[in-house]
Parts: sequence; C-alpha cells; structure tokens
Amino acid sequence: MSVYSRPNTPGSVVDYESRYDNWIGGERVGPVKGQYFENPTPVTGQTFTEVARSTSDDIEVALDAAHRAAPAWGRTSVAERAGILNRIADRIQENLEKLAVAEAWENGKPVRETLAADLPLAVDHLRYFAGAIRAQEGGVSQIDDDTVAYHFHEPLGVVGQIIPWNFPILMAVWKLAPALAAGNAVVLKPAEQTPASVMLLMDLVADLLPPGVVNVVNGFGVEAGKPLASSSRIRKIAFTGETTTGRLIMQYASQNIIPVTLELGGKSPNIFFEDVAHAHDDYYDKALEGFTMFALNQGEVCTCPSRALIAGPIYDSFLGDALDRVRAIKQGNPLDTETMVGAQASNDQLEKILSYLEIGRNEGAKVLTGGERVDPGGDLSGGYYVAPTVFEGDNRMRIFQEEIFGPVVSVARFDGYDDAIKIANDTLYGLGAGVWTRDINQAYRAGRAIQAGRVWTNCFHAYPAHAAFGGYKNSGIGRENHKIMLDHYQQTKNLLVSYSTKKAGLF
Amino acid sequence: MAAATARVAVTPAAAGMLRRLASEHGPLMFHQSGGCCDGSSPMCYPDGEFMTGDADVRLGELEVEGVERPVPVWMSRDQFAYWSHTHLTIDLVPGRGAGFSLEAPTGHRFLIRSRVFTDEEAALLRDPTT
Repeated sequence: MSVYSRPNTPGSVVDYESRYDNWIGGERVGPVKGQYFENPTPVTGQTFTEVARSTSDDIEVALDAAHRAAPAWGRTSVAERAGILNRIADRIQENLEKLAVAEAWENGKPVRETLAADLPLAVDHLRYFAGAIRAQEGGVSQIDDDTVAYHFHEPLGVVGQIIPWNFPILMAVWKLAPALAAGNAVVLKPAEQTPASVMLLMDLVADLLPPGVVNVVNGFGVEAGKPLASSSRIRKIAFTGETTTGRLIMQYASQNIIPVTLELGGKSPNIFFEDVAHAHDDYYDKALEGFTMFALNQGEVCTCPSRALIAGPIYDSFLGDALDRVRAIKQGNPLDTETMVGAQASNDQLEKILSYLEIGRNEGAKVLTGGERVDPGGDLSGGYYVAPTVFEGDNRMRIFQEEIFGPVVSVARFDGYDDAIKIANDTLYGLGAGVWTRDINQAYRAGRAIQAGRVWTNCFHAYPAHAAFGGYKNSGIGRENHKIMLDHYQQTKNLLVSYSTKKAGLF
Repeated sequence: MAAATARVAVTPAAAGMLRRLASEHGPLMFHQSGGCCDGSSPMCYPDGEFMTGDADVRLGELEVEGVERPVPVWMSRDQFAYWSHTHLTIDLVPGRGAGFSLEAPTGHRFLIRSRVFTDEEAALLRDPTT
C-alpha cells in the first residue's frame, strides 16, 4: 500500500498552479473579461486552483487561432501527424504518474484507476489513431472502361468538442486523437467540474503541437459551451453529456448545417444467465467481479452496469455472493493505491445520487447494502462519498430507468432467456450491456438481441481503442474509438474522372 | 370537482434563483434531462431557447412570486412514460455546471426531488400527453 501526497504538499509528484488561463494559439491566454472560477477537489471539497471563466469573446479568439492553423495542419503528411500523436503518447507515458495523481485529485477517482486505466488508455488511443491514419486508404472505383471514381479523405477544418468530467484526460484524448489524426484543428471545452487536469496535459505537450491546432477554452456551458456549439465557424460539433443538452446541440447544429456526434449515456443491463453458477470456479469469480463493476469510477461511467438482471434459479445464491463482493470494496482516500472507490466528482452529483437513493426507497425498492452517504473522517468529511449501493426492485422503477451516475446498481430477477432480453431492452437507452453465460450460442443470441452499441460478453468495462463505442436509441449518434471514428472527422472528396476523348453525345 | 393534482413544484430556494435569472434573462423554461453526466437534471433556459415539440410533454408551470410569467416545465414524452407516477419538486443545491443551464455560473444547481403520488393525488392527475 502507498498513499500519494496531495498536489501542492511536500513530496507530491505533481503540483497545480494557483490559476489557469485558456490555451489558445500555442500559449496561455487570459480570458477577455478577466474572470475566473474556483475549482474544488471532491476529495475534500476545498478549492485548489482557479480557472478561466470564458465567454463568447474567448471562443472567438480560439476559433481565430484554430482557423489560422487549420489549412497548414490539414496539409501535413499523415506520417507527420502520426509522429506527433506518437510523441504526445510518449510524453504522457513519461509523465503518467503525475497526470494520474493530478486527475485523481481533480475528479475524486482512485489513483489506482488513473494509473492503470485512464492514462494508459489515453496513451494507447493516441498510438492507435497514429497507426490508423497511416493505414487508411481512399478508394478507387472503376465505373466503366474509361471512367474512374477516386475517393479521398479530407479534414473537415475546425471542429468543436465538449467533453465530460468523468474521465477528464481520457475523454479529451478520445475526441482529440481522431480529430487531429484526420487533420482537423480543434477548439475543446472541458467540463467545468474538471477544467484543470487537461491544462496540465497541454502544458506537457505544448512543444509538440503547432500553435492553434488544439485550443482549450474553459468556462461554463451557457457562457462558453453554447457559443462554441452554436458557432457558424465550426464544421462539426462533438459532445458527451446528457439528452437535453444533446438535443440543444443538434438544434444549434441544424442552424449551421453541420454534423454532430453525441454520446448521451445509458442504463446498461448486465445479464447473468443460470449457467454462470454451474461451477464456483475462476469464471464464477470473474462474473461476480462483473456484477461489482457498477462501482467502477464511483459509477460515473455512461456504460455503468446499473441494472443487474439475474436468472431466477440462481438469483438468491448469486446475489448473496455478489453482495459479499460489494461489501469488500475499499472506499476512501482516492490517493491511496488500495482504494477502489473514491469520491463523487461534485457536490451536485452527490446531491443527485442521494435524491435517487430516496426515490428508490420511496418507490418500494429494497436497499440490500449501502444506500447512504459515507464520511471517511478527517478533512475527507468535506468530500463527496457515497457507499456502493445495491437496490432490489422492479424494472419499471425510476432507479432502473434513469442514469444515476453513482455507485448504485438496481437488481431484478428474470425468468428465462426471453424475459431477460425483454427487460434488458425496456429502456430509453442503448449504450452498453453485459452478457454472462458459459454457453456461446446463448451469448451470441443475447448479444445480437440487445439494442445497445456495445455488448460486453463475459467481460465488462474494457475500452480498447479499436473496438467501436457508441449508442443505440437515446444514447446518441455516432461512434468513438475504432478507425471508423475517422469518418466522423473527415469529408469525402470524390474526383470523377473520364479518360475518354469521345463526347457523351448529348449536345 | 376537485382541482387536478399538480405534477411540479418549486422550493423557496429555487424560486429565489428563478427570480434572479428572470431579471437577467427574461421569461424562462425548464426541460428535464435524462442520460449521462449532468443528466436527470432540470435544465433552465430562456423560454424558447430549447425547441419543444410533439416529442415533449408540458408537465405544468411554476408560479413564482416576482417572476412575471409562469415557468413551464417540459420533459421528453418517452421519459415521461417512466416518470409519470412521481411528483417533482425543483430544488436548488450548491454545485457546479450542467449543460447550458442558466444557473450554473452562480455556483448553484437546480436539482429534481421526487416522490410517488399518493392514491388520492393519483386519482386527480391529468394526463399531459393528450
């Protein structure tokens, strides 16, 4: 066991500055109106830095810089762009511990996960798109003996990206890597809950990127996000967040006739078929871990397996074993490498989760474990901790239908395969799902029948760069990860060429 | 005939914020969000900023002293199918950010508090989807 020192205390591997300006045109630029907002750590609730509170003026300055950079950047060779992405990946790798501690401090997530997942995945993602862009080819179609259609990929130009707070650095990289690989310049707005760790990343890679290719503008959604999303100077907007803002962004995009990609959350079912419990072996142990994945990242994951559906014949025994696993979760100081569940990212997030614990009880769901706020003691008492919670209830209840974005799973039993699929699909969302069975035929059928973009089969919460990720139904539009993501950041240029000297004969 | 049961209400703290926002932005509206991150939060916009249509239901409107025009509260129709049995109260808590909602820069956040309608209330509910 080891506990990292807090940033800005003796012995810490990383320090935050007391204030962060925007990152525009390759340098730090103060907000036009000179305003800043406080950034608290959810670990203790105390403010640790302040960040630019930007407005439409700052978005325009960033768009100016992006438009200056975009033409030359779009003409760089793919080898050059891939080289830069690889060098950014190397730089993150060299500073992995620093960024991991910084992100844990800002977001409240356990450093165990930022060290083992968030940052290594960011590195891998950059390397994947460095490779994907070099391997990408256009197309040649022979229309007839004298006519050929050539298809080229071209960058869109300047794109806007609005990212969430649950994986501040990884979500930035998820959006930046394909956009940059494809040759676009970016104006990125981080979430106002986690605006600072991205600035540490930009400081680290500042010398690797041409000025203006990436611009980061911080601020509140209504003051900075809206002017970016509604700007007529972007050729695409990418957003991760919730449904109402997603609709609003589509509305703005319709006025400018630009494409959107939206990742809007889910209510992912995690199905445990009867044969899971046929033996109490390694696989059974893995399935119990799969159940407990609802607590990963404090449940603040769009694909949180927040509805566990368990086959009737094994319901009591499997749930009993699963509850033991949940009760063994170590919760507390996110900077302790033994900690599995840390703090929720913000006070309003905490309040929202607590309101769901109330409505769950109110609707008649039974709390099997957890169900309350946790006070870890000391100055962590000012932080935002919620006990991993297991509810037992019915799929029509609101806790089964709404994304709580906390360490809360709602459990129900099902009666046979058809019932499992029916309950799994009885939701507005379709982002992720989990299927657990030893029977490969059943696994295949269930995976194809569930209306969700990602069906983890005998695993959960794995995010390799070359597996497509995105939603069905209200969970959004488009995909992230995988080389198909490049399509969302590219135009298709078709040259239709005639090699005949003979006229068509019409005129 | 007894009056229909109200589906939405507002706490004094949230009403105070609505007075402040109405003085700065004019008439207001709410649209209840679903989904990720800042989801399941009531989003407050200048009225008309968010386009509502057949995909939405109007749950009611909030009469707030000092706010000239009552504030309509909307939700998407498919989401209402799962929420219709609960009474919603818009409250205000300290917090940070939520989409493009107007109150975010103030350091406060609107929050939905819910309770299940009693049988007596349920008998007097009007269906807003028709």
